[in-house]
Amino acid sequence: MSKNELTTVLIWLMAVLVSGVFIWLLADIIIHGLSKLSWSFFVESPQNVGRSGGIGPIIVSTLLILLVAIVTAAPLGLATAVLLSEFTRHDSVFGRFVRRSLDVLAGVPSIVFGLFGNAFFCIYLGLGFSILSGGLTLACMVLPILIRTAEEGLQATPNDYRLATAALGMSRSSALFHLLLPAATPAIAAGLLLGIGRAGAETAALIFTSGYVDRMPDSLFDSGRALSVHIYDLSMNVAGGDASAYSSALVLIILLLIINSIAMGLAKHWLHRSIVTV
Amino acid sequence: MNDTYTLGPLQAGPPCCDPEPLIRVENLSLHYGTKPALEGVSLDIYKGCITALIGPSGCGKTSFLSVLNRLTDMIPGCRVSGNVHFDNRDLRNPALDVQGLRRDIGMIFQKPVPFPLSIRRNIELPLREHGMSKQADLNEVIQRVLLDVGLWDEVKDRLESSAQALSGGQQQRLCIARALALKPKVLLMDEPCSALDPISSGVVEDLIQRLRGKYTVVIVTHNLAQARRIANYAGFFWVKERAGCLIEFGQCKQIFEAPAHDLTAAYVNGSRG
Ligand SMILES: Nc1ncnc2c1ncn2[C@@H]1O[C@H](COP(=O)(O)OP(=O)(O)OP(=O)(O)O)[C@@H](O)[C@H]1O
Ligand SMILES: [Mg+2]
Repeated sequence: MSKNELTTVLIWLMAVLVSGVFIWLLADIIIHGLSKLSWSFFVESPQNVGRSGGIGPIIVSTLLILLVAIVTAAPLGLATAVLLSEFTRHDSVFGRFVRRSLDVLAGVPSIVFGLFGNAFFCIYLGLGFSILSGGLTLACMVLPILIRTAEEGLQATPNDYRLATAALGMSRSSALFHLLLPAATPAIAAGLLLGIGRAGAETAALIFTSGYVDRMPDSLFDSGRALSVHIYDLSMNVAGGDASAYSSALVLIILLLIINSIAMGLAKHWLHRSIVTV
Repeated sequence: MNDTYTLGPLQAGPPCCDPEPLIRVENLSLHYGTKPALEGVSLDIYKGCITALIGPSGCGKTSFLSVLNRLTDMIPGCRVSGNVHFDNRDLRNPALDVQGLRRDIGMIFQKPVPFPLSIRRNIELPLREHGMSKQADLNEVIQRVLLDVGLWDEVKDRLESSAQALSGGQQQRLCIARALALKPKVLLMDEPCSALDPISSGVVEDLIQRLRGKYTVVIVTHNLAQARRIANYAGFFWVKERAGCLIEFGQCKQIFEAPAHDLTAAYVNGSRG
């Protein structure tokens, strides 16, 4: 076997290994989870600490937590990215400081965010164990990813656009809204998807903030159990809860897939509206 | 005498009958950080004339142009000193309405920069920004400027399609049309033909010829034959002690036929630079 062939075989082996692990994981969840999946599973409340019944309130809580997280993190993240990339000099002390802090924050374990969220949102701001606390904690957690990807997307847009718009006497903000942001949309959407993915899969940060309560939430100030917390609880603390855990995991994967495709669709739509692609 | 030139027949456009300075530059210096790029440049740009700036690469021609429309503001670490006046406006005044200035002094870049929008939107965007919002007015301006740059017949059926699908020459003419739409008084052109094939380049050159009298044009070009064909005035830049400076400025005919400076003579004859 020549060196070239060996390389090819090795690369293929890697690819097969990586996708193999993923497929195995997915197949495991589908095989074990599909049996319990039915309409009633989606709408009913959990019974017998989740061994039977459905996950209706948990899906609602999960969606609400994600909604709170995205609605607060997305505008804040985008604004910060714009500030960093368009309105501060790249080598300024402020810019460097913020960037460094964000990189550190992005690597902080989620349990630390959970404790912070508990201390700040639940206790200090008096929000208690609530969907709001959980969502805001997740927002803090995904902000670094959101800001850095959006900022990189903005930085990657051609500087020619900035010069050409300036030379036409246009303001920086209209250059931003008409050209730079639309050109950075794919990066912003990718950051958003990463953020949603990370938030949706989060357990540790939510246990201390949005809590365990598996009843249907009446408002954002109620405690609500997220899907990931539910899965964790079923598989760790509830004997005989494995079947429900599998089904819930499957639902979580489907949920994330749906959210991702909606986000992609919206990004594409927006991109298409503001930029002509031929 | 003619044998010394290898650049083709000389047609230095008509000297401006009544040279009236529109932009006055006195003792201009420009630094990038601590590195000097221009040192002690003084010249007048005459109204309605075409002024060509020639000189080797890196002698500060682009930097000079970006002083005139304050694009230097966008470059971190760029410092300008000296006096620059345009139409009684002090261009170095920090409180100057820069957006208004850039509306009066348009700029064309070496590489065409069409926005990733439709051909129509490319021209509309800056116009809307400057307060024109009636679609009928916009359409009229779009048609006029596209006719001016000779692009109308080529694109009138595809105004809604992407400007980035145009050829390089068409893109450059669209950029010129976009600048003309704002009715500038001065047009700064930084090597507008250098990325174009000879035919597109010829079209753009004819266009610049037709701008004479209606607009004041400052054009940077490495194409000496082109400078001789179109310019009324010419300025020759050279790098001295690591900083660009203006060696000679005068009527195009004089610069090319009877240069006062040895360096100019060597450069225009093609033996240096
Ligand atoms: N943004 C910048 N930062 C630092 N130095 C710069 C910058 N732009 C230009 N320079 C330097 O200033 C000098 C003049 O550059 P400029 O672009 O004005 O030359 P030019 O005459 O336009 O050259 P060319 O004919 O190659 O376009 C060069 O030495 C260049 O390296
Ligand atoms: Mg240049």
